Amino acid sequence: MKLNLVQSINLALKQEMTRDPNVVLLGEDIGKDGGVFRVTEGLWQQFGDNRVIDTPLAEVGIISVSIGMAIAGMKPVPEVQFDGFSLPMLDQLYNHAGRMRKRSQGRWHVPLVLRVPHGGGIRALEHHSESLEAFFTHIPGIKVVTPSGPYNAKGLLVSSIRDSDPVVFLEPKRIYRAIKEEVPEDEYTIPLNKAEVVQEGSDVTVIAWGAMQKIVREAVEQLAGKYSVEILDLLTLYPVDRKTIIDSVKKTGRAVVVHEAPRTCGYGAELIATINDQALLNLEAPVARVTGYDIPMPLPKLENYYIPDVTRINRAIENVMEF
Amino acid sequence: MPKKEMNIDLEIFQILNEDGRIANTREMPQLKDDDIKRMYESMVLARVFDDIALKLQREGRMLTYASLMGQEASQIGSALALEDEDWFVPSYRENGVFITRGFPMETLYLYWAGDERGMKIPDGMNALPVSIPVGSQVPHAVGIALANKLTEKKSVAVVYFGDGATSKGDFHEGLDFAGVFQVPCVFICQNNQWAISVPVKKQTAAETIAQKAIAYGIDGARVDGNDVFAVYKVVKGAIEKARVGKGPTLIECYTYRMENHTTADDWKKYRDPSEVEWWKHRDPIERLKKYMEDEGIWNEAYDKEVWDNAKAQVSEAVKKFESVPPPSPLDMFTNIYEELPPEIEEQRKDFE
Repeated sequence: MKLNLVQSINLALKQEMTRDPNVVLLGEDIGKDGGVFRVTEGLWQQFGDNRVIDTPLAEVGIISVSIGMAIAGMKPVPEVQFDGFSLPMLDQLYNHAGRMRKRSQGRWHVPLVLRVPHGGGIRALEHHSESLEAFFTHIPGIKVVTPSGPYNAKGLLVSSIRDSDPVVFLEPKRIYRAIKEEVPEDEYTIPLNKAEVVQEGSDVTVIAWGAMQKIVREAVEQLAGKYSVEILDLLTLYPVDRKTIIDSVKKTGRAVVVHEAPRTCGYGAELIATINDQALLNLEAPVARVTGYDIPMPLPKLENYYIPDVTRINRAIENVMEF
Repeated sequence: MPKKEMNIDLEIFQILNEDGRIANTREMPQLKDDDIKRMYESMVLARVFDDIALKLQREGRMLTYASLMGQEASQIGSALALEDEDWFVPSYRENGVFITRGFPMETLYLYWAGDERGMKIPDGMNALPVSIPVGSQVPHAVGIALANKLTEKKSVAVVYFGDGATSKGDFHEGLDFAGVFQVPCVFICQNNQWAISVPVKKQTAAETIAQKAIAYGIDGARVDGNDVFAVYKVVKGAIEKARVGKGPTLIECYTYRMENHTTADDWKKYRDPSEVEWWKHRDPIERLKKYMEDEGIWNEAYDKEVWDNAKAQVSEAVKKFESVPPPSPLDMFTNIYEELPPEIEEQRKDFE
């Protein structure tokens, strides 16, 4: 059936909750209201108060209570309403969720999935449009996953829920309803360490994830016939599939990394370091970055100047090709 | 609309007074002589453990250590109120609780000597490891209690923290959730008057910690934290109430940190020695001893046996902990994820 991202995530949650009675959702307005993006719509009606828990308005409470529940054997799937509000959770993620396996010497672990609507481009209020993936990937003991469309969202979320380590699941809110894809009703999983080669090419590798995938594909389409571009969709940012990245860059000899987050210490820097480590001598040009700027995320009137677009991506590809 | 009935008494609840006399016969819990002896012996053991830890630290055989001296009644009285299946969620000052719950002393020493293996929670024990970020463990207990409630387990979660933790957001969010979801959780605040150098007056303008329960719609109690009978009775009552689904309780144990915050601290910089002296006369161990002597269940010979036995156990634990071979540096790379990701696997190989 054809589903958008919201519907496919909803389906994954519903199926996992049916399969495993320990899967419990927590968050603000996720019950009767179905969540601010309607991702959990209908689940409270189906599973009731004990499985779809409307919490007080308290992000630290949501994540830390989820940590306790996970230690005690449940599978909490907490939701934070917007990325900018996830920052108070960093303390609990860093000091406890990512560390409890170590802190208890293996006695306890924290199998939870924190769902975060992520990134900009929806003309939202301040603090509703941030890209924080580098904060999360820097936390030892956490996995960071980000789908780019309805099909991979379902498979990745099912894998995340079944994983025994804490997962931060970044949902590109800009494309929640922008793409419809064929999504099987039947169960399937996508491994949490595998990037996807979206399009094969031989001249240059473009690496992106989440909402940027859609923009990258549009950009690359405009270059069809001019360059042979290979597009990688990382899907999991930690642990990242370095083999697919390195194999691709060794083949093409050129790479462009695209992300919405600010440039300095952004996740792109880590990718470039990885490429330098393992494929430096294959490079025909320095790896280019198309990113947000090192400034606070602008409000909607200016956000489209901040978020990488087709023009900026193609300019970077041209530069790398002509180096 | 009728107001919800809340059970809060802001008077300090006491059974055994400063002179070791029963101030409140009606409230005295049903305890056999052996139970009372166990309380005394556990408190002495915690005191000796603590004393030796301080000594080992001074000699450079252990690292920074947080003493519980003066808080033995709060810790042992509460720890003895837990059933085997109950959870305890400690801060970093709960060595008395750990020992009383059966956590091996040599393992605790290992932790305080900077060895990760000291964090190993024994199988079968429902406890979280020491939590250093102040108050951050409070909502974990709420989550454990919520899971226990949803999965219909009879276990209660008991969480420990100090007066300083009550200023933290984690405390607020934890108690708020606990009230909303009516979870089987007991919050034990050991109000030991000082958060390092800051007195409780500067943590909160509230006259008591216990009264904060009112704002969360849960029960609260204020208890003499140097009175082991009162602590035991109130905590036991709160645990049993939680177990039958009647909701959480915030308990303020009014006590005193007789030592430094940690071995890296010097209380003489901020406390008046007369204050410390005043509390020395309220030593929880001395108080129980007087009572036992009056009751004819304490004498010099018994006391010597108790202290000798505690010293022998602790010295055995020290011997064991000091004979543990140093950890393998490769242990750094264990217990990070269920399966080590290739990144870390490579870093581990690099290290080798």
